[in-house]
Amino acid sequence: MISLPGHGLRVALFATCFNDAMWPETPKAVVTVLERLGVTVEFPLQQTCCGQMFTNTGYAREALPLVERFADVFDDYDAVVAPSGSCVGSVRHQHAGVARGCGRTDLADRATTTAANVYELSELLVDVLGVTDVGATFPHRVTYHPTCHSMRMLRVADKPLQLLQNVRGIDLVDLPAAEECCGFGGTFAMKNADTSVAMGADKAHHVRETQAEVLVAGDNSCLAHIGGLLNRQRAGVRVMHLAEVLASTERDFAAENDLRAPTDTEVTA
Amino acid sequence: MSGTFLGMPKFQAAAPEALANSQQRRNLQHATHTIRDKRARVVEELDDWEELRQAGAAIKDNVLSHLDTYLVQLEESLTRAGATVHWASDADEANRIITSLVQETGTDEVVKVKSMATQEIGLNEALEETGIAAWETDLAELIVQLGHDKPSHILVPAIHRNRAEIREIFLSEMGQVGTPPPGDLSADPRDLAEAARVHLREKFLRAKVAVSGANFAVAETGTLVVVESEGNGRMCLTLPETLISVVGIEKVLPRLEDLEVFMQLLPRSSTGERMNPYTSTWTGITPGDGPQQVHVVLLDNGRTDALADSVGRQALRCIRCSACLNVCPVYERVGGHAYGSVYPGPIGAILNPQLRGTTSEVDQSLPYASSLCGACGDVCPVGIEIPELLVHLRTRVVDEQRGGMPSGEQIAMKGAAWMFSDHRRWEMAQKGTELGGRAMKKKDTIGRLPGPLSAWSDARDSPTPPTETFRSWWKREKGGQS
Repeated sequence: MISLPGHGLRVALFATCFNDAMWPETPKAVVTVLERLGVTVEFPLQQTCCGQMFTNTGYAREALPLVERFADVFDDYDAVVAPSGSCVGSVRHQHAGVARGCGRTDLADRATTTAANVYELSELLVDVLGVTDVGATFPHRVTYHPTCHSMRMLRVADKPLQLLQNVRGIDLVDLPAAEECCGFGGTFAMKNADTSVAMGADKAHHVRETQAEVLVAGDNSCLAHIGGLLNRQRAGVRVMHLAEVLASTERDFAAENDLRAPTDTEVTA
Repeated sequence: MSGTFLGMPKFQAAAPEALANSQQRRNLQHATHTIRDKRARVVEELDDWEELRQAGAAIKDNVLSHLDTYLVQLEESLTRAGATVHWASDADEANRIITSLVQETGTDEVVKVKSMATQEIGLNEALEETGIAAWETDLAELIVQLGHDKPSHILVPAIHRNRAEIREIFLSEMGQVGTPPPGDLSADPRDLAEAARVHLREKFLRAKVAVSGANFAVAETGTLVVVESEGNGRMCLTLPETLISVVGIEKVLPRLEDLEVFMQLLPRSSTGERMNPYTSTWTGITPGDGPQQVHVVLLDNGRTDALADSVGRQALRCIRCSACLNVCPVYERVGGHAYGSVYPGPIGAILNPQLRGTTSEVDQSLPYASSLCGACGDVCPVGIEIPELLVHLRTRVVDEQRGGMPSGEQIAMKGAAWMFSDHRRWEMAQKGTELGGRAMKKKDTIGRLPGPLSAWSDARDSPTPPTETFRSWWKREKGGQS
């Protein structure tokens, strides 16, 4: 029997509030990928939100109960995974500070301990499971946007790219000025909408330059912003979360294949 | 009469106008990308850049934790060297001191160099009120002054102007205040620089009084240091009979050898050069050589307020290199004027609300003038955690507004936090998105959204909510598993 890299590991999925409500296909894809690797995935139903929106808008007091809830729900797993560099960044770099700022040093210590086990998807796959080939197939022209919080708060470096490079059939092309912010920035997108859109327009322009069919990133909120602009331009570029690309297999493209005439090798096989 | 540009609307209101100025956006994009690429190349050359940054941060932190001791030492060293030290707690006091020092010399004009601190306190306007003309001698400052403009960058105050605009300004303005440029002035940088040189030379040779700032003030020796690129600073510091230096109290360094660290950090971070062209140091008075009257005005103007904030005080490490401006995507598009201060960009967004407090609209808006992308923190040569401080100051702004009539945002945030503080409430709210998703099943995206959400939807489509949330799917598919 082949031993799977994730065998025996009990991992809690933190879906994040936005993915849970707005992009359920992303956490579903995380479950698919991890189960394929032998991981036992659990979804603690008491989870809600990491509180980043509150923290980053200045509402630390409102974020405090969410920081406490996060520690309560997730402190008992081998690892916690979330399909969002931004939310993991908040857990790892803000939770303890929010607690301390509100005078809760006890909670700050607990939050620090819990955060040490929380991983963004590419970190869990590459660093914890030691996998770069997750057995995915995705026969499309793809470009990858490294979101700011993955890149600068978590320092995931090229882990997502390592995973994408091992996807079968993929045509991965470099995104010009990839490291520049797309302009989403949470409530920044509303409070400074004009500046946010000016930044996003440049990002959308670079995406179109690549002639990719699909723009991939590790944060659906950034993708919603860039995708919303591309869609308004009728650019014909889809946006997809990294997890969904990694979850795709040959079977997902079987229907597409059925539409064309079988090749000789397929007939003889 | 403070650093706030009078009549300047808050950042969010100023931004759209700046964004619409496509010439300025092109100038800014070209300039910031040129400097940021150059900086990245010369920083890459140093294997010990991280250690240098840490050393810079450590020296500054030591200064800030023992500021009282070092300032007293600086005063003693300066006095011993023949300089006269003045203390100014705010802009008005500093302006009063400087104005009366100039008046005592009997002159009605001063030449100025390297003086962000004097712009912070509005010195030129204060001098003007008493009939004293102040001539800016940094080339970019000269362009800004002649153009009746405001600086928009720490290092390149006229970054928002291009050559053609500068030529126009020189032709129409120089002759009114001194030596005019040649009538056939071209927009070639060499010709523009020569016109400025001739114009300024007359002022240098005539001026009896100079006003300068300082990049560093060494406590041990009483030495002031100015780092510059053009040599105009050296003219100001050596030719006049009287020199008045206005120095923020955070500029102090303990020892002369600390300069070793900053002389590597500063030029690479600011101009992308390995070494800057002119470094001038002066220690009090040298009989028969240089100014024979040297005054040093040590300026607080909100710095001790910033120091009192244990999280925010690291902003006082700032050595005014402007690396954070050059990598900031918000600054790149909006420019410096929208920040309403001589300190624009990410550092301005954290420094101004600390120096001036968060009572004005512009200072309340500045911590929000960032997407928190973190590029500024990564390039800061003294390791200021700018994104963290932006969030810290946002919290201060929000907390100061508590207790009054709640705003729409406060109500929405409190409501959302209440919903998220119990997963059953969150599940109830999710029923709403599922219903919405079913109602809009035939559409892929939503065009226009109502009310405040239109700030999103004016330029961006939104995805329609799904008909089933992840939580509902999990319960259905994996129910009971956890």
